[in-house]
Amino acid sequence: MADRSPAPDTPELRERWGGFEFNESYRARADKAIARYPEGRQRSAVMPLLDLAQRQVGEETDTQGWLPLPVIEYVADYLDMPVIRVLEVATFYFMYNMKPVGKYHVQVCGTTPCMLRGSDGLFETCKKRGMKKGHVSEDGLWTLTEVECMGNCATAPMVQINDDNYEDLTPERLDAVLDALAKGEQPKTGTQEPGRHTSEPANALSSLPEMVDANHDYRKDW
Amino acid sequence: MPKVTVDGQEIEVPDGATVLQACELAGKEIPRFCYHERLSIAGNCRMCLVEVKPGPPKPQASCALPATEGQEIRTDSEMVKTAREGVMEFLLINHPLDCPICDQGGECDLQDQSVAYGRGATRYEENKRAVTEKYMGPLIKTVMTRCIHCTRCVRFSEEIAGVDEIGALYRGEDMQITTYLEQAAEHELSANVIDLCPVGALTSRPYAFEARPWELKKTLSIDVSDAVGSNIRLDSRGREVMRALPRINDDVNEEWISDKARYQVDGLSKRRLDKVFMRKRGKLQPASWDEAFKAIAKAKPGKDIAAIAGDMVDCETMFAAKALLKACGSTLVEGRQTGMDYDVSNLAAVNFNSTFGGIETADAIMIVGSHIRWEAALVNVRIRKAVKRGARVFVVGPQWDTTYPAEFLGDDLSVLGELPKHVVEAFKDAERPAIIMGGAALAKGALGAGLAFAESYGLVKDGWNGFNVLHFSAARMGGLMLGFAQKGGLKDIVAAKPRVVFSLGADEMDFEPFADALKVYIGHHGDRGAHAADIILPAASFAEKDGTYVNTEGRVQFAEKAVFAPGDAREDWTILRALADALKVEVGFDSFAELQAAMIREVPALGEEGLAAYGALPKGGSAAKAEGRIAAYPIKDFYLTNPIARASAVMQQCSSELLGGGELAEAAE
Repeated sequence: MADRSPAPDTPELRERWGGFEFNESYRARADKAIARYPEGRQRSAVMPLLDLAQRQVGEETDTQGWLPLPVIEYVADYLDMPVIRVLEVATFYFMYNMKPVGKYHVQVCGTTPCMLRGSDGLFETCKKRGMKKGHVSEDGLWTLTEVECMGNCATAPMVQINDDNYEDLTPERLDAVLDALAKGEQPKTGTQEPGRHTSEPANALSSLPEMVDANHDYRKDW
Repeated sequence: MPKVTVDGQEIEVPDGATVLQACELAGKEIPRFCYHERLSIAGNCRMCLVEVKPGPPKPQASCALPATEGQEIRTDSEMVKTAREGVMEFLLINHPLDCPICDQGGECDLQDQSVAYGRGATRYEENKRAVTEKYMGPLIKTVMTRCIHCTRCVRFSEEIAGVDEIGALYRGEDMQITTYLEQAAEHELSANVIDLCPVGALTSRPYAFEARPWELKKTLSIDVSDAVGSNIRLDSRGREVMRALPRINDDVNEEWISDKARYQVDGLSKRRLDKVFMRKRGKLQPASWDEAFKAIAKAKPGKDIAAIAGDMVDCETMFAAKALLKACGSTLVEGRQTGMDYDVSNLAAVNFNSTFGGIETADAIMIVGSHIRWEAALVNVRIRKAVKRGARVFVVGPQWDTTYPAEFLGDDLSVLGELPKHVVEAFKDAERPAIIMGGAALAKGALGAGLAFAESYGLVKDGWNGFNVLHFSAARMGGLMLGFAQKGGLKDIVAAKPRVVFSLGADEMDFEPFADALKVYIGHHGDRGAHAADIILPAASFAEKDGTYVNTEGRVQFAEKAVFAPGDAREDWTILRALADALKVEVGFDSFAELQAAMIREVPALGEEGLAAYGALPKGGSAAKAEGRIAAYPIKDFYLTNPIARASAVMQQCSSELLGGGELAEAAE
């Protein structure tokens, strides 16, 4: 598993992020998230708030964003809850980055279905571009992370880059996606298989064929 | 009341009981790590698996499963046995086999339960997980590789102590227990997590590698660091008290004790007075008992003799001193060494009448002039429980960090007479309103106003007495029961101009007014009192003598002698008995048993363990008004409130590390 320890608490970190505050638009979104919960249960909004904070940090640093300790403390203060409880949440979930990341956070799934469908090749492709697991590439563009199952096994192998999934990848297709991103373009998200829209069967229906037109009781076949 | 069957035995269990509790009621032992009676249920160690029908055909965690009508529970089936073995095997996968160098060895739940419920041999051949140590302050030593993630420590600090500082970071196998940025755990009950930890992950730092539990002699004692009277067990080896641990007493300390009670014991072997000292040419010089007694007799005190009791003396010592003075014809005895002079004609007015268990059920609490966290940390735990049940708390006095929501009404005592409307309403609506008067309020003479408050808001009603005074000297209630008080307090003693003053371990008093008197210090530590004394007679600390103590709720408790006093030091009563001979008077006792019998004859309540009855609360009189500002609370430094704590290296370290460098107590002469 990736190292989830928070970035060290240094004077530089304090100086850079000590004054962090939600800007107007994020504050509005944060307050909206808090308002979803009944009075006295505001701390339930800790996950959306951490996400919003991470996004604002991302905007300020032109990256996917991450959560420096002063920002975590700010969120704790915003929700009036103990900072250790917020840190528990932040270190638990992988969608929160505990260390600085690049502009594009390339999360390659390495769990069994993706691995069987060739995720090793995707890692190779990333490595060729100078990405290293858990590090920001020299141009500040990429961070590579190996993650566990993201629930796209039907369209394996897959990669999640920032907020989008790219599925049915081959090393060439991933190269194309990364090239487009590097150029500042937005590649097509979702499956990269020509002719496939989402996770529908790639060829003819192979399972539950009798169910296409009407309901079918399979129990007698068992 | 559901009926369940446990291993074929049908029993009825209380509503809301869990399957684990049902099994315990049936006399079955259920192994567990994360479950603890006083903490919320986590259900994450899985050690308490049992078989329950009806239900899924797999073992179930009994701690988190409610007992319902008609359940068939099996704790002895093959399934349960293999389930326990499996859980134990998984727990031990990442647990190091370092029992020989682990301080928990011999009192380790994991060790005991793996012997009782484990497989006996390991099948695991991979590498074990290793976790870096976490700093948790000067009291808690961590070896986090041993942690089995029961989260008892996390739940304790959140639920009981009310200070969210310990948490579990990361997830799964990488889960780690730590404080935020590895800051020290900073509250007065922090070391209780050491007792809670079922393995050797959190152990006592000062006690590290000192002794094994089976080498220690266990003595039942009473804590004297505050007036709560926590029940403790002193573990001693040879002549040294190695550690203090809490005993379970639901009426007093439940199963917690404050860090001071636990860790001041190393002060018992430091800065001790182990010889007789006399001031010769302005300097204290070693002397013999004979010399000292002769010097006291030479002073020819007659009836100009006074005794001032310190905060930690037992009732027997005070009674012996009183008997000695009585034989000399004097009644100049006083225990309130800082010069307080509240009215003690009715002890109900200076007692914690609600009792600690009772204050949990209060629904409106007015705290006047008490920094409860420092003056009685365990009472604060009770108030926190009351707040969790919906009580509202108001505080008159300077701000302090409560562990629950409380409203501060300013530090001007006159607010008691003109409470804001919402406070008045809160107390009018309350079914069990209570007031807690602290030392700072008593010093300002607010006792009458407190009684008036009790009267006007109906604090005393059927089955409820909400008037409480919170002392913080272990000797206070016992002293008052023995009449160790003058009407005008210490001022009266000064006015009487005694020729000889006995200071029974009184270290907080001002010796300046007694400049002309022969000051005899009978105590155990070379602290402030000894500095000012002309003659020092070395005596025994609470660990070195049997004694009766009365806590602030009037609970009479008996402490036993754990070790012998060092050097020439003697038990206090023997010194006072010898002084009687030196002064050629009769005190009427020659042994501790006789002394105790005489004391019980005079104050029968001291002979019975339990709450003493003080009768009805006196009328406050509506004219009584409180005035003045409470500038500060009497306790400046929680860790250094008494001579034992001041001598303790651990308490000094706590004071400087946790409270930001309080002044180090001066070294003994």
